[in-house]
Amino acid sequence: MAAEGSSSIDALGQFQLHPALGFIGGSVNFTQANLMMVVSGIGILALLWFGMRPRAMVPGRLQAAAELSYDTLLSMCLEQIGPEGRKYFPFVFTLFFFILFGNLLGVFPYFFTFTSHIAVTLALALLVFVLVTTVAIQEHGWHFLSYFVPQGIPKVLLPLLVTIEVISYLSRIISLSVRLFANMMAGHVMLEVFGAFIIMLAGLGVLGYAPAGLSLALNTILIGFELLVAVLQAYVFAVLTCIYLHDAVHLH
Amino acid sequence: MRPASIMKLFPRIVSLAGAGLGASLLLPAAAKAEGMPQLDFTTPLTISQVIWGTIIFVVLYRLLSRNALPLVSSVLEERAAKISHDLDGARAAKARADAGVEEANEATAKARAEAQHAINAAVEEAKKAAAAQAEILNARLEKQLADSEAQIAAARASAMKALRQVATETAATVVTRLTGVSPNTGRLDGAIGSALSARGIA
Repeated sequence: MAAEGSSSIDALGQFQLHPALGFIGGSVNFTQANLMMVVSGIGILALLWFGMRPRAMVPGRLQAAAELSYDTLLSMCLEQIGPEGRKYFPFVFTLFFFILFGNLLGVFPYFFTFTSHIAVTLALALLVFVLVTTVAIQEHGWHFLSYFVPQGIPKVLLPLLVTIEVISYLSRIISLSVRLFANMMAGHVMLEVFGAFIIMLAGLGVLGYAPAGLSLALNTILIGFELLVAVLQAYVFAVLTCIYLHDAVHLH
Repeated sequence: MRPASIMKLFPRIVSLAGAGLGASLLLPAAAKAEGMPQLDFTTPLTISQVIWGTIIFVVLYRLLSRNALPLVSSVLEERAAKISHDLDGARAAKARADAGVEEANEATAKARAEAQHAINAAVEEAKKAAAAQAEILNARLEKQLADSEAQIAAARASAMKALRQVATETAATVVTRLTGVSPNTGRLDGAIGSALSARGIA
């Protein structure tokens, strides 16, 4: 996130991928995004592992956090999907915390936000899409196709509506992936731009101090806003996955 | 549609994010004239990060679903079992306490009834004894009264007899003194008897 020069703003350079872990990472094209994924995964596992290790009847802070994360995600699955949600709970839990930790770690300076890459979010959305479609076919067989046929509709309109339904079903991939990617990228671009403003304006001399301070204040607020967006987007992704799974299990 | 309703919840966030994205694209003067690194497919890293990401995600999923999440659920189940067990114990203790209270109440009521009964019996007995004593006393008093009355009657009878004698002798003496002649006892006796009967004494 550090601004490069004082005369130009390189807002997109922060999204550039580099090989991580030196020579070994370079030889297998292991990027800093993947390193952040590993850090996120270790973070989730550490939260559950060290949180639950005391196995206390009355949980301490860390155990309460671990239990809260479990309970929140489980109740979300059960509420959105129904009793069958328990089966998909580990997947939704993994998805939510993978994205959440990715988003939150990205707010730290010099850390990379892997959810700001459309390729990554598209892969996650495709994973959800494939899972949902597989579940629907497993549960209902060919009857699954009736999902695209709205009921109580005149026969004349049927081809048009089926087309629209299929398109809206397929567009889930785009909406899921672009929503997360755009939110994360936009936030980090804004942070970068205002960060660069601070340096550029402060370099102008006494006249620039006030607007530079204003930019700094704005960036401070933006960081708080980014934390909100990080949680919110992970939540939206997980909730939408649950809703799609509900549709797959129950067909409407 | 539900996704649409979800999105309605966050219109400000979406618009702000859109503004941010717009701002980032509307800074061509400052920004370098290059495309988004996210869409740069000339470098193999864009695709390789997805492949590595898939591996990491799958490993994470397996670790979470097989180790970490069962660990959490086992602790939660343990706690739920302990709580329900303790609740059952508390319920049993309460039932025992209730039974004890009931028993104590019953015993108290029984003791009270017994005491009342004993009191009633004692009072009854005392009353009976008092009544018997009073009867005995009454009988004695009555007997004494009858005895006394008999004595009085005897005394009176003897007194009356003596009165007639005294009256006869006195009358004879008086007549003898006055007349110098001793009176006829028969006539005198009759006169005294009629005088006494006239006075209601004989």
